[in-house]
Amino acid sequence: MATMAMDNNIIRVALTGNPNTGKSTIFNEITGARQKIGNWPGVTVDKKEGHVTFEGKHIQVIDLPGTYSVNARSPEEKIVIDYLQEAQLDLVVDVIDSSNLERNLFLTVQLLEKGIPLMLDLNMQDEAKRRGIKIDVKKLEKKLGYPVLLTVARDGKSIKNLLNVFTSVSMESYGPSEELQAHIAKIQEIENSGLTGMDLQEAIIKQRYAFIDEILNDVAEFSSVGSTLTEKLDSVLANGILALPLFLVILYAVFQITFAWIGQPIADALEEVITGDFTEWVAGALEGAGVADWMQALILDGIIGGVGSVIIFVPLIFMLFFCLSFLDGTGYMARVAFIMDPIMRRAGLSGKSVMPLMMGFGCGVPSIMGARALDNEKDRILSILAAPFLTCGAKLPIMALFAAMFFPDNAANVVFAMYIVGVVMAIVSTKLLTAAKYKDETATFLLELPPYRMPDMKTVLLETWDKGKGYLVKAGTIIFVGCVLIWFLGAFNMNGMVEDQSESFLASIGAVVGAIFTFHGFGNWEAGAAVISGILAKESVVSTIGVLYGLPDISAEAEDAVETAEALSATGMAAAFTSLSALAFMVFSQIYTPCVTALGTIKKETNSWKMMFFAAGYMFALAWVVSLIVYQGGKLLGFE
Amino acid sequence: MTLKECKTGMSVRVENIGDSLLKERLMTMGLIPGTTVKVLRSAPLGDPMAIGIRSYNLAMRREDADKIEVTQVG
Repeated sequence: MATMAMDNNIIRVALTGNPNTGKSTIFNEITGARQKIGNWPGVTVDKKEGHVTFEGKHIQVIDLPGTYSVNARSPEEKIVIDYLQEAQLDLVVDVIDSSNLERNLFLTVQLLEKGIPLMLDLNMQDEAKRRGIKIDVKKLEKKLGYPVLLTVARDGKSIKNLLNVFTSVSMESYGPSEELQAHIAKIQEIENSGLTGMDLQEAIIKQRYAFIDEILNDVAEFSSVGSTLTEKLDSVLANGILALPLFLVILYAVFQITFAWIGQPIADALEEVITGDFTEWVAGALEGAGVADWMQALILDGIIGGVGSVIIFVPLIFMLFFCLSFLDGTGYMARVAFIMDPIMRRAGLSGKSVMPLMMGFGCGVPSIMGARALDNEKDRILSILAAPFLTCGAKLPIMALFAAMFFPDNAANVVFAMYIVGVVMAIVSTKLLTAAKYKDETATFLLELPPYRMPDMKTVLLETWDKGKGYLVKAGTIIFVGCVLIWFLGAFNMNGMVEDQSESFLASIGAVVGAIFTFHGFGNWEAGAAVISGILAKESVVSTIGVLYGLPDISAEAEDAVETAEALSATGMAAAFTSLSALAFMVFSQIYTPCVTALGTIKKETNSWKMMFFAAGYMFALAWVVSLIVYQGGKLLGFE
Repeated sequence: MTLKECKTGMSVRVENIGDSLLKERLMTMGLIPGTTVKVLRSAPLGDPMAIGIRSYNLAMRREDADKIEVTQVG
């Protein structure tokens, strides 16, 4: 620590403030891509650090979690106060939404009481002006004794101003004003008055707001303006029953952008490159280098085929996360939580779960991580355990293939039905878990509805990258290993390499797993092997099926499902499933154990191996039962 | 009267906040006895409700709003 304090070349700055103040926008504008997002030790709260060099000086910036206070009641609040009291900082900037001064100043006053010197950054000046709020900066500085700066968050001038202040301000020349000292004395008086518990808290909070009112009476002018844009928008987007169809329209647009207008064309172009030029180039290079045939097969079919099918999916994932981050940045996602709460609550969840669960249609991993935003343990766990039931991007190709092959006349409807199965199972499971574990717990719901804003693009892009990059990492690690493993298991047995795959390790293992599906209509070893590979990654279910039925080159993509289905119809697969057992397999795939990446995320987010193993076993069991009911029930009704 | 019973468009003054899990958070966010609250709108099916306090908007469930005693001021 001593060396760090002596290092005069690095200026250490911390950003603190309420949520929705533009604090993260400022952080992103200052540090750009020179930031890393980690975790605070022991808790699932993002730790964002970045750096920038300005006029030859190196500045390190930390973006503390947004909090309304520092009572240390939540992990975020504890992190903020511990960090501000313990870290050796040159400057603490308190980012304040100028259009919402009273509540924002609560944190300011509380921090000042604790003797933390602050620079106040009155942000969102443009919004404050529109709302008829005028602030006398000089007076405010005098009232508190600490420096005040005005910014508009997004424009370059504000950022430059901030950097100038970071490198020039010396907090030693500031100290509490007489008024602030008098306020602190009053707080101490209350603390020594013999009040305890909530009565004490209430008295302290009242005194703080009284002090804030006194300051604002002096330094701020509020002139009334007509109804704001936010109110006008809310009277449509967040008002009564009409808000729900509007939400569906917006949701539909998001999925169109992702799967039809922008995401899919990029994915197609990428596929062209990977399956075409790139594969040819690698094949040529391997041939030229005289690499053994089996090695060529491994690289071309196993690795490029497997990893490629995931890479191709990346544009879709990123597009979906881009849309959701953008909507979040506008403030609309808070309205979604508001209007969906009546529905989500009846399903046993919270309105705030909507945004994380929507990400579940892209990938379960950010969906599970998104549950961080929820208020309490119960809502978090339930949201985490609901997410894997949804049809993520990797499950879609399974559904598309089986639907195209066994329900050619109704393929789209059957795929859609699987989405519904996922949603229904998420609800059923939540109900089951609530009844079993959280019967007596009441959940609360408190949500700020921030003003609508044009999102900061840099922030949206950084968020998209942060949520989506896990997918790339997965392609490079798990899927890579999985592809090699499946290829190896399918090509070898105890006696070495095999010609006929039905003698391989994979067949032996698949046969064991397949046996538990005897009454599901798909008790064959190929289906068993596909189920196992799906736990590694759902992406590899279709490619495993392809390999097992002797068509290693099939596309694992949903939109090629019709072609793939035609090709596979000529193989043993057509005889291995009936329509009904195919349906049972689809239902099973929709519900069973999530991929290892999602399981790892569950472990990380719940900090519990027990929860992870529970999720894996519970979802497998649930899938086994439901799929059995589908098959046996279907048979009773006379279907085949 | 409690906040739960308030209709859209009503302005009320907070008199007392009963003990609840939310009490401290609500007070921290500026909802203390004496604060004026405006009922802005409701979600579909009437719950949760959105209120305006101290120049920002907040949503809460009616069940929690039932703990907040208010008197009408406009």
